Amino acid sequence: MTFLIQKTLLSAVPLMIVALAGVFAERSGIINLALEGIMIFGAFIGVAFVRMMQVVPVFAEAARAGAWGTLQWLEILTMLVAGLMGAVFSLLLSFASVNLRADQTIGGTALNLLAPALVLFLIRVMANQNTLQMVTGDAASWFMIKKSTLGIDKNADIGFLGETLLNKVYLATYVCILIYIILSIILYKTKFGLRLRSCGENPQAADSLGINVHRMRYTGTTISGFLAGMGGFVYSLTTANCTANGDVAGFGFLALAVMIFGNWTPLNIAGASLLFGLFRSIAAAYSSIDINGDGVFALAEIGVSPHFYRMLPYLITLIVLSFTSKNSRAPKAEGIPYDKGMR
Amino acid sequence: MKDRNQKILSSLISIVIGLAVGGVLVLVVGLLNSKIGIKGAWEGVRIIFAGILSTGRDAAGNLTWGFNSSNLGNMLFRATPLIMTGLSVAVAYQTGLFNIGAPGQYLMGTMASLMIALSIPTSVVPAWIVWFLALLGGMLAGAIWGAVPGMFKALLNINEVLACIMTNWIAANLVTWMFDISNFKNMAEGTKSGYIYKTTYNGVATAKLGLDKLFPGSQINGGIVVAIIIAILVYILMNRTTFGYQLKACGANRHAARYAGISDKRNIVLSMAIAGALAGCGASLYFLSGNTEFFWSTYQSLPSIGFNGIPVALLALNNPVAVIFTGIFMAMLDIVGLQLTNLTAYNEFITDVIIAVIVYLSAFSLVIRMWLAKRGKKKAEKKTETETKAEPAEGGTKA
Repeated sequence: MTFLIQKTLLSAVPLMIVALAGVFAERSGIINLALEGIMIFGAFIGVAFVRMMQVVPVFAEAARAGAWGTLQWLEILTMLVAGLMGAVFSLLLSFASVNLRADQTIGGTALNLLAPALVLFLIRVMANQNTLQMVTGDAASWFMIKKSTLGIDKNADIGFLGETLLNKVYLATYVCILIYIILSIILYKTKFGLRLRSCGENPQAADSLGINVHRMRYTGTTISGFLAGMGGFVYSLTTANCTANGDVAGFGFLALAVMIFGNWTPLNIAGASLLFGLFRSIAAAYSSIDINGDGVFALAEIGVSPHFYRMLPYLITLIVLSFTSKNSRAPKAEGIPYDKGMR
Repeated sequence: MKDRNQKILSSLISIVIGLAVGGVLVLVVGLLNSKIGIKGAWEGVRIIFAGILSTGRDAAGNLTWGFNSSNLGNMLFRATPLIMTGLSVAVAYQTGLFNIGAPGQYLMGTMASLMIALSIPTSVVPAWIVWFLALLGGMLAGAIWGAVPGMFKALLNINEVLACIMTNWIAANLVTWMFDISNFKNMAEGTKSGYIYKTTYNGVATAKLGLDKLFPGSQINGGIVVAIIIAILVYILMNRTTFGYQLKACGANRHAARYAGISDKRNIVLSMAIAGALAGCGASLYFLSGNTEFFWSTYQSLPSIGFNGIPVALLALNNPVAVIFTGIFMAMLDIVGLQLTNLTAYNEFITDVIIAVIVYLSAFSLVIRMWLAKRGKKKAEKKTETETKAEPAEGGTKA
């Protein structure tokens, strides 16, 4: 059970944060199909930054001495850097779709093609192989929080909750949840959030009330890029052992599915990402999951193919789309370039 | 006529900028990396622009140039599926739909045609009939997979892009699943794991039509001829028939078309089905060639040939005949990438960067065309002589 919950959280949190990235862009009126590309880019930047910092004496020393506090700061710093570069990368999308009024779908597709190409090109030149790894050690030895890092004896019993939430976890997971809550409140409970959302619903009306639609759309897409870039690094840190290979296994598209399934609202998105994360972790480890600890591997005995669990998120998103298309909460003006003259 | 020239010019500008970005990236990386240096960087730039004519290195280590039959033949071979996926995207686009589902349709086509080609024993049925059945099966599977998002769009008014993204990933998982439980996994060659048998294991392969004598040492076969014929047929369908006109009318304005008595829903579904059939056909032509292998565990990635149909169609401005040329151009970039990997310290991913830049530019090709039109007007006021001069210069950089 502990194992299943932890695995689910590990996939659900990047999904959740990247789905929120999608919400920020779409609420401001820009369809961000480039989530996948920005994630790939963010993952690469994050891993490259970790590699650079690993040779800096402060962090190398900290790793040797086991000063985990310093390393956690490095993790946060890397998330910040990956996010910032993701935001910069997303400017390509906002420039094309806001200033040049380009087709946002094609623009997003271009970024999705550009990111893996650029990243793989650079990785091959840097590392002479298709995967960029940490210089020394791995994600677990550098960044994972274990009982021993917290100063608890390895064999000590810290209860079910402690075992689940404190042993073998990453700080990034909790930071992401915190950011998710804060940004959701900003988007739905503040003046700024209301203005941003108005640009996605009726930009002409927003403009008539003195809101700068172009600036709002830039803001929305940039926040989106930041979150997606950060989510990309969190994905690579927690599920890919801090490596980058120009691929995030379709997580960006899955996040789009989460966003649609969650009907563009934060609570539903959190639920949807947990559900999809659960499917993913079942697919990855269904044969070794022991739900209630009685030694019976129930999921393996049902005999459903792991491919089915992997397919399920997309399948149910498609079905949900068809049922909710009538009362969808999708922003009304998404995908339409803002034209002052139009009504 | 003038409009057409402007369209061609805008595509050429996209291509030149794309290649230039690739060249600059190669130069910058070369200069920053002491192992490559200025000499290596210059070699990289030259290969990007003319890699198709590169014949390797001579004894002294200098790049040699000339007619390279295997490169040209492989280029035409790789162009075959790109032309088909390009046609797929173009047909949908003319009906006002963005077919981002080509990768999924391509995968379904792959699965159907490989399974048919490998399961019907050629000792009973003649190989060419099996080949033909496999091709039809691939088209049918693609058509079904294209019709699904088409129906979601027509009946439930769901954005076809979202539906296509979902069907893409469903296809990726479904194909992996089906091949996983099948017995087509290549067990005979133990060194290669994760591949499906080549169709030649069952004696099925596309006829060479003598093209292999024209381009010795390459993988070329009759598939390119089939693709060109289909492209011309699609052109006729779209521009010379009532049905094609109806499709385009739906693309121009769905509601006006319905007012004129055209069933918009039927046409949207049919357009997506045709698009899917074309993408599926591309997959069949590629994998029935007999010398290509399919990596079946594909649930984490989608085939890039499907996505590259988008730049092929966009560069051709969705004209089916122009798709032939842009498909060949994209295949040339592919070969250039291989040359870069083989001959220099760079790698093939630079060509994907070039393609991505071209897609990015075509997202606002309208802006470029408007800018061209404005410039055209200004020049017309001054006098038009400079324009005729600019044309051959652009044509020169294309090669």
